[in-house]
Amino acid sequence: MTAMEGKRLRIGLLFIGPWIFGFLLLSVYPVVASLYFSLCDYSVLSRPVFIGWQNYGDLVFDELFWKSLYNTIVYASLLIPLGFLVSFALALMLNFDLRGKGVFRAVIFLPSLVPMVCLAVIWRWMLNGEFGLVNTLISPLATFLNAWIGTDFQPPSWLQEAVYAKLGLVLASLWCVGNAVVIYLAGLQDVPRHLYEAAEIDGANFWHKTRHITIPVVSPVIYFNSIMALIGAFQVFAVPYVMMRGGNGPDGIGGPDRSLLFISTYIYQNAFDYWNMGYACAIGLILFLVILGLTLLATKISANRVYYAGS
Amino acid sequence: MSVARRNRRLRRAAVWLGLCLCALLFLAPFAWMVSTSLKPLDETMLLPMKWFPGKIQWHNYTEAIEAMGDFWLYAWNTFYLCVITVAGTLLSSALAAYGFSRIEWRGRDKVFLLALATMMIPFPVIMVPHYSLFKALGWIGTFKPLWVPAFFAGAFNVFLLRQFFMTIPKDLSEAARIDGCSEIRIFWQIILPLAKPALLVVGLFQFMYTWNDFLGPLIYLTDNKDFTLALGLQEYQSQGGGTEWHYLMAASTLVILPVLALFFATQRYFIEGVATTGAKN
Repeated sequence: MTAMEGKRLRIGLLFIGPWIFGFLLLSVYPVVASLYFSLCDYSVLSRPVFIGWQNYGDLVFDELFWKSLYNTIVYASLLIPLGFLVSFALALMLNFDLRGKGVFRAVIFLPSLVPMVCLAVIWRWMLNGEFGLVNTLISPLATFLNAWIGTDFQPPSWLQEAVYAKLGLVLASLWCVGNAVVIYLAGLQDVPRHLYEAAEIDGANFWHKTRHITIPVVSPVIYFNSIMALIGAFQVFAVPYVMMRGGNGPDGIGGPDRSLLFISTYIYQNAFDYWNMGYACAIGLILFLVILGLTLLATKISANRVYYAGS
Repeated sequence: MSVARRNRRLRRAAVWLGLCLCALLFLAPFAWMVSTSLKPLDETMLLPMKWFPGKIQWHNYTEAIEAMGDFWLYAWNTFYLCVITVAGTLLSSALAAYGFSRIEWRGRDKVFLLALATMMIPFPVIMVPHYSLFKALGWIGTFKPLWVPAFFAGAFNVFLLRQFFMTIPKDLSEAARIDGCSEIRIFWQIILPLAKPALLVVGLFQFMYTWNDFLGPLIYLTDNKDFTLALGLQEYQSQGGGTEWHYLMAASTLVILPVLALFFATQRYFIEGVATTGAKN
């Protein structure tokens, strides 16, 4: 290493100094500590006591843990595909460059700015079984369908029924797709025009072009947004937490049949309601492994399908 | 040809109508919130529902503020935290982003990958060690756990700023170095002024993040006097205000309003900023 290189290294490290400090103290240490705490009986009030794999052993027989894992997976597998369809369709529509595009884009983006607590409060009211807007909108539809094909569908009291509570949460989450829409739209606008023109000469219609040009070209963006959606969905916390502690009292955690008990809410509950910090860390590490595993899986699956213009 | 053109026009009209419908659907919860916030309580539970209250109750807002307890104190706490975290994030992230983009040092890009990897760590995983760390420091029940970390450059913001710094031509720094300019002066006097739009975006993101944050205040704040708006709203609705829909909607409107105002004032930068977050590859 020359003197020049050494000097640059020193200056470089100086500039990223604050980051290094934060990295060690707020990322590396917590992950290591979490590993250690997960092997301890730890209540924060007293020192951690090493108990080996007991927390993990307890997890295997903890019905609530499995319930929370199941709920999280169901929620994520509903939200991620639906979120993709809705946000991609909206981006495709916005990409038509129609009059008022800026207004449409802003309106669609707005909900993703709403603080989670407000979101939860608003959607508790939206999903109210008797007076909520969602049921007000779907009840004419239900009446019509019932008369037409003789079904007996009643608008549900969303948050009071196990299955509908989750669907209601998905609905509330879909309201916030604006972020993904903006990212997709930016990706769509980068698709080279000449590709479309060439395809049009060959007589391709809109669907052909979307399927064979747009989607392959923006596949890196689809990959990026899907990973973000995955990470977000597996950490869902604030909205179900607030929805289920509003008026229901602390006993109502997780809602009807604990349909809204998710991994993150369960970690919180163990850590800060029961002060079972070691156990909470064990659940947290499982969550980490699940997210990591699914991300790697997604990367592997998409490896042959994501197209990078550069390579 | 004219058939093709007519089809194209029809399709554009159909898409436009579709967008109008979607826009209405996305706006509906906002409209519903504002409409409810201006009704007397009995009118919120009227069937069939009405969009327009019989008599507009502006005083719902003052009463909601009363009902929430120390609304103005919560607002001040939130604002205070926003300002200080924005300052911390801008300073530390800009420094780190500079070190990761404008200076060539051995191993730099590998370390940067490490920085990106930290974005994969979910907060619930490190929540307990953070808590015990801040507890050991005696910071539980103070604002410190909520703003001190902002001074240690979060990876996401570093990433955004680095993307921008890399677009600034190298020659600019080289010329200044030849003139004997120190690295910190190049950073402060040349790069930062050029990076104003990117700094604005990062500042906005951080402001929104702090304003909206719920889990952090929930864990670290113990005294009602220190609550943020998000926490105060949750406290109000879980302590008996859970079905006072007109007040809840008025309070929600008040908490959302500053964020929306900030968004509209800076829309262009904001949307562009969000768009670049996807341009990682």
